[in-house]
Amino acid sequence: MADLALAPAPGAAAESARQLRHARMLSVGARCALPVAILLGIGFLAPLVAIFGYAFATPRSFDVFTSFTLTNFATLFDPSNTVWLSFLWSCGLALLTVAILAVIAYPIAYGLNMVFGRWSALISVFFVFPLFVSENVRLYGWVLFFIKNGVLDGTLKWLGLSGGPEVLYTPGVTLFGMVYTYLPFMLFPMTLGLALVPRDLVDAARDLGAGRLFIWREIELPLAMPGILIGMLLTFVLAIGATAEAKILGGQSIIVISHDIEIAFTYSQNWPLGSALAVLVTFFIGALTLFALSKLDLDRMLGRR
Amino acid sequence: MLQTLPADALSTELPKPILQLVGIRKTFGAFTAVENIDLDVREGEFLTIVGPSGSGKTTLLRMLAGMDTPSEGNITLHGKLINDVPPNKRPTCLVFQSLALFPHKSVGENIAFPLKVKGVDAAARKARALELMRIVRLPESYFDKNVMKCSGGERQRVALARALAYDPEVLFFDEPLSAIDYKLKKTLEKELKDLHRETGKTFIYITHSLEEAMVMSDRIGVMRAGRLVQVGTPEEIYGAPVDRFVCEFVGEVNTLKVKRAADGSWQGVDVPGTFTLAPPRSGAVLDEAFVVVRPEFMRILGPGESADNRLGGVVYNEYSLGSRIQYQVRVGAKVMLVELSRGRALPASLDRQVTLGWDAADAFTLES
Repeated sequence: MADLALAPAPGAAAESARQLRHARMLSVGARCALPVAILLGIGFLAPLVAIFGYAFATPRSFDVFTSFTLTNFATLFDPSNTVWLSFLWSCGLALLTVAILAVIAYPIAYGLNMVFGRWSALISVFFVFPLFVSENVRLYGWVLFFIKNGVLDGTLKWLGLSGGPEVLYTPGVTLFGMVYTYLPFMLFPMTLGLALVPRDLVDAARDLGAGRLFIWREIELPLAMPGILIGMLLTFVLAIGATAEAKILGGQSIIVISHDIEIAFTYSQNWPLGSALAVLVTFFIGALTLFALSKLDLDRMLGRR
Repeated sequence: MLQTLPADALSTELPKPILQLVGIRKTFGAFTAVENIDLDVREGEFLTIVGPSGSGKTTLLRMLAGMDTPSEGNITLHGKLINDVPPNKRPTCLVFQSLALFPHKSVGENIAFPLKVKGVDAAARKARALELMRIVRLPESYFDKNVMKCSGGERQRVALARALAYDPEVLFFDEPLSAIDYKLKKTLEKELKDLHRETGKTFIYITHSLEEAMVMSDRIGVMRAGRLVQVGTPEEIYGAPVDRFVCEFVGEVNTLKVKRAADGSWQGVDVPGTFTLAPPRSGAVLDEAFVVVRPEFMRILGPGESADNRLGGVVYNEYSLGSRIQYQVRVGAKVMLVELSRGRALPASLDRQVTLGWDAADAFTLES
C-alpha cells in the first residue's frame, strides 16, 4: 500500500502536471489538518523543543538557545548524584505495577467478556467512574482511609481491635496507589484483546480434546496478546512518569524520577538540569516504546500476515 | 415411481447403532428448540440432518458434540449415556460452520493440534499431519503456510484434516460448505463422500440444502420446527415423503387441495374438477387431502392420450433447465409446473392451451 502511494504514477504528462499543481497548492486534506497541526506545533512540539534547548543551557541560567554545554548531563551522570536511585525506584515501581495489574486485570477482563453477560456494561462503568474524579482527590481519599485514626484504623479500633496497620507513607502504599490509579488503563485494552478471541475457537479446541489450561495457553492468551501488550505498554509508560502516588500516599518516603524533575524546576530553580533529566527520561521511554512496538506485530499476531 | 423396500426387510443386515437419541428435547427459556427426537445413528453411515434455518438442527448437533446438554432425553454412544460428558472427553469431533481454524497457527500446527493435546511428540505430530494432508489433498508445502492465507477450499481441507487428526469415532459437520461457491462445493461434496468411504467413520452432516444431502448421504433426516419429520434413504425422502413439507423441501411440487364429496369422489378445492387419488400411504381414511405431483411426473396430453387426472390450462412461461424444460401453466388462478425433456418441448409454447394430465400412482396423497 505505502509503496504504491509513494511510487511515481506512470502515465501521461498531463497527469504529472496535475500532480505538480497539487504539490504547489496544499491538498484538501492538508488544509483541513492545518488548524490541528498548528495547535500541536505550539502546544506539543514547542515545549519539547524548549526543554531540549534548556537541557544544553548553562546550569541555573534561564537563557535558552544562547549557550551550549553538556554540564547538565555530566552532573546527572556524576556517580555522586543520587538521581539514578529515583530512576530505579520509578522503573521498579512501574514494572511491579504492570506485573500486578496484569494478574489482577486478566480475570476481570475475562469476566467482562465471558461471565458477567449483560452486567458487563455496568461493571465497566464502575471501573471508569473513578477517572471522573481528580487523581489527587482520590489519593487524598486513600490517605484518609489509611491514616492513623482514619477510616480503617478508626473502624477497627471502634470494633475493639488493635487498629489498622501503619502502611501510610511507605513504598508499599505507593505501589498500591499506582496499581489503583492505573487499573483502567490495563483493564480496557486487555478486555478488548480478549474480545478478539472468537468463541468458536475455544469451543473447537475443547472439542479437539483440549483442557482449560491448554486452551488458555495455546488459544486464548496468544490471541488476546495484542490487547494485553498494549495495556502493559500503556500502564508502564504512565507509571514510570507517576509522581502523585509517591508524594501523597508515599509521603516522599521515596523520590521518583518525575518528582526529581519537578524539584529541579521548582525548588532548586535549575531549569537546565531539570530539562536534561526530562530529556533523558523521555528518550528512555521513547526508545523502550519503539522497541516494544517493533516487536509487537499486530498483524502477525492476529494471523493477517 | 421409485419403489421403497419395507423397513424390516433391511433391518437384519443393518450395522448396529453407534449413537442413539431417545426423547431428546432442548428448551431455551420458553422456547423449545428441539422436541422429542428419537434417532439411531448406525455405525459407519453418512447421515445428514436437513432443515430450514431455525429448525433446530444446529442445536441438535451441539448436543451431540457436547456443547449443549439436552433438557430431556438420553444420548448414548455405544450404549453408554453421554449426556453430560464434555466435548473434550467425547470421541466425537465437530467441523464448525466457521471452520474455527486457529489464525495464529500454520496449516501444520492446526492439523496437529489434537495430537499436541494428546502429548504426541513433535516429529510424530508432523509425520501424522503430513499424512492427513495427503488424505485431504493438501500439498505438503502448505505445512508451514499461514492458515489465513489459504483459500476457502483449502481451509475446508485443513479443518477436515484437523478433525481427522483427533481420530474421532463420529464426525459432525455444521454446514461447512455453506460459504463456498457452487462449483467448488460440488467438488468438495464428492470428496467428502469419498473420504467417508476411505475412513469408514460415522459422519453426521447438517445442512439446509437438500441437494447437498442427496449427493452425500446414506440416510437423510428432515427437521422442521424442532422435530424430526422423516428419516430415510435419499430415495425414500424423494419417493415417499410423509408430508407436504418434506415434498416441498425436496424440490418444486404441484399441490392441489381436495375434499371428499357426498358420493365419495374427490373434488378439487382451488381448481374445479373430480380427481382420482391413490390411497394415502398411511392407510388413513380422509375427508380432506393434498395431492402432490412433481413437475417431472406431470404430462402435457396430446390428442388421444389419456391419464387418470386431467386439467386444462394456458402456458404462461417457459424456463430452460438444461436437459429439461419447465413450463408454467396457469389453471385458473393456480400455477402448475410441468417439466418435459428437451426432445418433447412444445413449439411456440407461450399462451398455448394445454391439457395437463397425471396418473394417480405418480402423485402423493398426503394428509398434511
